[in-house]
Amino acid sequence: MLKTRIMPVLLFKEMTLVKGRAFDAWRRVEVPQSAIRVFNMRGVDELVFLDITATLEERLPDFSLIDDLADDCFMPFTVGGGVRDVDTVGRLLEVGADKVAINTAAVEVPGLIADAANRYGSQCIVAAIDYRGGGDRPAEVFVRAGHQPTGIDPVPLACRLADEGAGEILLTSIERDGMMMGYDVDTAASVNEAVNIPVIAAGGCGSYQHMADVLAGAQVGAVAASSIFHFSEMTPRGAKNYLAERGFPVRQ
Amino acid sequence: MRRIVVVRFGISNVDSVVRAVEECGHFATLSEDPEAVAAADVVIVPGQGSFGEAMERLARRGLLDALDEAVRRRGVPFLGICLGMQILAATGEEGRSGGSPGLGWVDGRVRRLDGGAERVRIPHVGWNEVVPARVSPLFDGVAEGADFYFVHSYVLEPADPTVALATTPYAGGFVSAVQVDNVTGVQFHPEKSQAMGLRLLANFLKEAGRC
Repeated sequence: MLKTRIMPVLLFKEMTLVKGRAFDAWRRVEVPQSAIRVFNMRGVDELVFLDITATLEERLPDFSLIDDLADDCFMPFTVGGGVRDVDTVGRLLEVGADKVAINTAAVEVPGLIADAANRYGSQCIVAAIDYRGGGDRPAEVFVRAGHQPTGIDPVPLACRLADEGAGEILLTSIERDGMMMGYDVDTAASVNEAVNIPVIAAGGCGSYQHMADVLAGAQVGAVAASSIFHFSEMTPRGAKNYLAERGFPVRQ
Repeated sequence: MRRIVVVRFGISNVDSVVRAVEECGHFATLSEDPEAVAAADVVIVPGQGSFGEAMERLARRGLLDALDEAVRRRGVPFLGICLGMQILAATGEEGRSGGSPGLGWVDGRVRRLDGGAERVRIPHVGWNEVVPARVSPLFDGVAEGADFYFVHSYVLEPADPTVALATTPYAGGFVSAVQVDNVTGVQFHPEKSQAMGLRLLANFLKEAGRC
């Protein structure tokens, strides 16, 4: 049986890892090399590394840094930030990314997801969708690290990107990011129901119970979390033990 | 010293395979040079993406003959990972790559996983069980049904089920490892499967050392 994945997310800004609240108020947390070594030792299911200022600063990802990080990463490694064209996808794969996450350009560059999936295979293309709202309010996709509204609802966007060839959706609630108040189960459920590719729910995790809530409530195959691994004693291992006790399939 | 060559022929994360071999206490060279591949003592072919394109690239770089020389004529141990397992088949899947011919070292075809009526999600991404179908030194010290990391939409379906080394229960079940003589293929990524993956890779390299 396919296991539920618990995926720590590392956000990279100005040469260090950071964590903020609602895509703002960034705090430095640690250097990426040590975080990756620790997660590697702890047998984490998969790691997501997002360079959150590359697109805003109109620069490419730091390929040599990612090359170094990937050398220590004997677990699946998804890398995103600053991906505007298919060649950048290829370069990231070559330096050691297993999958490449595309956020802003998935909306702004027509055909990019399709081209990247055709060239490198759907399995390595992750469509990262950030949105505000959800629940009682309409959800709207934002790009450029949450700065730019698009007027698009995440559900049809997820369907379109899945049709174009995305292999996974990383769905992040901007307003819940870093707030540790729980995932937006409703929007995660709507997106997960609408597509037939794996969906990773992100934004809002503050406890193991929150993971159980979105896994059960939205039926997603994976949960991403960041703050709880940076700012609490909670660990991916602890999360797995908690979820296993409640009958979720996790890798031990 | 044994020349372990990881064949680089397309764009995918091949660095990780070299690093994993190092982690197992060996040294591997990344190469796209047909001469180096033809003279190798152990050949590893990783890869992801399209079957047809992979075969085309191998042909264009003169690597098909080099692989044939090393693996078929000299009989050196071969490990194909993910797409590197799929290209062992005689034929790629119809449609996507127009049924283009593969290496043909394992009689069979490549097919897309079928999500079926239960809407099983494709691609198959994440950790899933690898259940040995027969006893093999490849699984020494690997817990039965241990989880390995998968990320793929296509699988190799062997014509002869007895070549299966392992199966995985997803989308109706599929063959996740094959072995025919000196040729081994795994659909999962040992280089990304942490302790169990490194163990399996070390087992392959140890067996390869006996040949």
